Amino acid sequence: MENKDQEKESLYLKIMPYLEKYGILLLLVIMIVVMHFLQPDVFLSWRNVTNVFKQISWQSMLALGVFMVIVTAGIDLSVGSIMMLSLMILAIVAKAGAPWYIVVITPLIAGFLCGLFNGLGITLLRMPHPFIMTLGTLYIFRGTGNLISGGTPISGFTDEVRYLGHGRIDLTWLGLEKSQYLPVSLVLIAIVYIIFWIFMNKTRTGKWIYAIGGNPNAARASGINVNKILVIVYSLCGFLSGIGALILAGRTDSGYPNAGLQSELDAIAACIIGGASFFGGRGTVLGVFAGVMIMGILRNGLNLMDVSSFWQQVLIGSIIVLAVYIDVLRRDLGTRK
Amino acid sequence: MQLTDFFIFSSLMSSINQLLLEAKSVTKYFGTITALENVNLKIHAGECLGVVGDNGAGKSTLMKVLSGLYKPSAGSLFFDGKEEILESPKDSQNLGLEMVYQDLALAGNLPIGENIFLGREPTKNIGLLKFLDYKKIKELTDAHLGKLKINVKSADQKVEELSGGQRQAVAIARSTAFNAKVVIMDEPTAALAIKEVGKVLDLINSLKKTGVGVIVISHRMDDIFAVCDRVMALFQGTNFAESELSKTSRDEVIGWIMGKK
Repeated sequence: MENKDQEKESLYLKIMPYLEKYGILLLLVIMIVVMHFLQPDVFLSWRNVTNVFKQISWQSMLALGVFMVIVTAGIDLSVGSIMMLSLMILAIVAKAGAPWYIVVITPLIAGFLCGLFNGLGITLLRMPHPFIMTLGTLYIFRGTGNLISGGTPISGFTDEVRYLGHGRIDLTWLGLEKSQYLPVSLVLIAIVYIIFWIFMNKTRTGKWIYAIGGNPNAARASGINVNKILVIVYSLCGFLSGIGALILAGRTDSGYPNAGLQSELDAIAACIIGGASFFGGRGTVLGVFAGVMIMGILRNGLNLMDVSSFWQQVLIGSIIVLAVYIDVLRRDLGTRK
Repeated sequence: MQLTDFFIFSSLMSSINQLLLEAKSVTKYFGTITALENVNLKIHAGECLGVVGDNGAGKSTLMKVLSGLYKPSAGSLFFDGKEEILESPKDSQNLGLEMVYQDLALAGNLPIGENIFLGREPTKNIGLLKFLDYKKIKELTDAHLGKLKINVKSADQKVEELSGGQRQAVAIARSTAFNAKVVIMDEPTAALAIKEVGKVLDLINSLKKTGVGVIVISHRMDDIFAVCDRVMALFQGTNFAESELSKTSRDEVIGWIMGKK
């Protein structure tokens, strides 16, 4: 009996680390294969693949920010509103005739300051849970965005401002056709994700973010300034939402009141699907990317097959529940009682 | 260098009666509650002090004051005879005081090595940026665990996969990885299987021989009488009694805990 248990355990120890690290990528690959068989002509076409990346571009920024917050066992409900407020500020500054390099920087600064506001509120006001603070700012930031813009869309930006969200990198020099371009937003996603992968895995601050999620008391006892790290995390989350605003400005050429409405929930869903644990301390940057991709491909694939968006909602919801159930099973197996 | 040589060397280096840490008239209020009132404590090199007391007697609060987690409302702390004001546990760590918490204060989601070096990770510079030196963490961890004769499958194992005794060993390894002068252990054997208790007590005796001052908070008289040289009792936040271990008995110490002399 004991032998059998040991065998099971050693097998588990061998397989689980890989499954934990790359299991979500496996799911992503399966999805791509299934979609390819369902829509062989369209799904893997250059046009559709770049389309998927353009569609997920700004969501992927919000998800990455929310991911870091979730690793600390926190939550940020305000990312959609931060993005909307940053977008509105960008639009107003652009309409005021500021040069493009000023316009491009404003949403990043605005997003960062919003995140800083969240972080300081959570730590200085000692909110019982980040849920409360960011629920408050979800309303505050969107309300502010509507106040400063009068609640009406502001459209028309210059090409420089739109470059990150709308720009194309020509690949004809590789012998490809004119329609086979690389979206700038795809390159941006790759760069930002690589930087944050290094940040989370190779720096002390990144390690401490995981430690705080694993056991905040342990982090505190180790002399880590937990509040400072939390302020950094929420500020970076706001900053990433600001990048999201800049991408969205490029994609839509407009600042509009409904921008990013409920996108905080999409961001959370992508993190959870990607294997980040709500209990904190668990999850990878690669997983979040996979989570964003899975949601993007699901939406895209179902659109291609002309499935109603109501079914999309049902399916995404089901995947969230399933993903968390797998997380629960994994914890049961992985932790000694 | 052999382990035994190391111990002899260390004890030669530190004169055995050197006063490492002294707390004078420490008082701590939480709002209107008085958790500690005029409490004194001394710990010498190579000595083990047992701190006993009932729940709520102020043991944990006193230790948190010593480690800088709480600021005392009044009173002062002297490290090596010099008065110090601690702003955070980092300050007490820099002065050579380490704490092994009852809840172990380990991050279960991180591997053993990263727990041992948490907050003090070795880094290497690449250009202007500092990155974690995982290779060095692993090397130092293996060497340190080997020195303390702590057996685990691998330094890369996550702490949440370890048994209670292994976790305690990691917590003690963590406290001694940076040349600690004073180590405070809060109920070091409370969560352990009986066969693991002896190993932890052996580890405490080894630490004493290296010249470390060990403060053990425990309810278990077996532990106190196995490793301590001196025992002090707190009662309702005050110094109640104190004695050389050789001049007291279990029954007397148990009496102190209940407030009887």
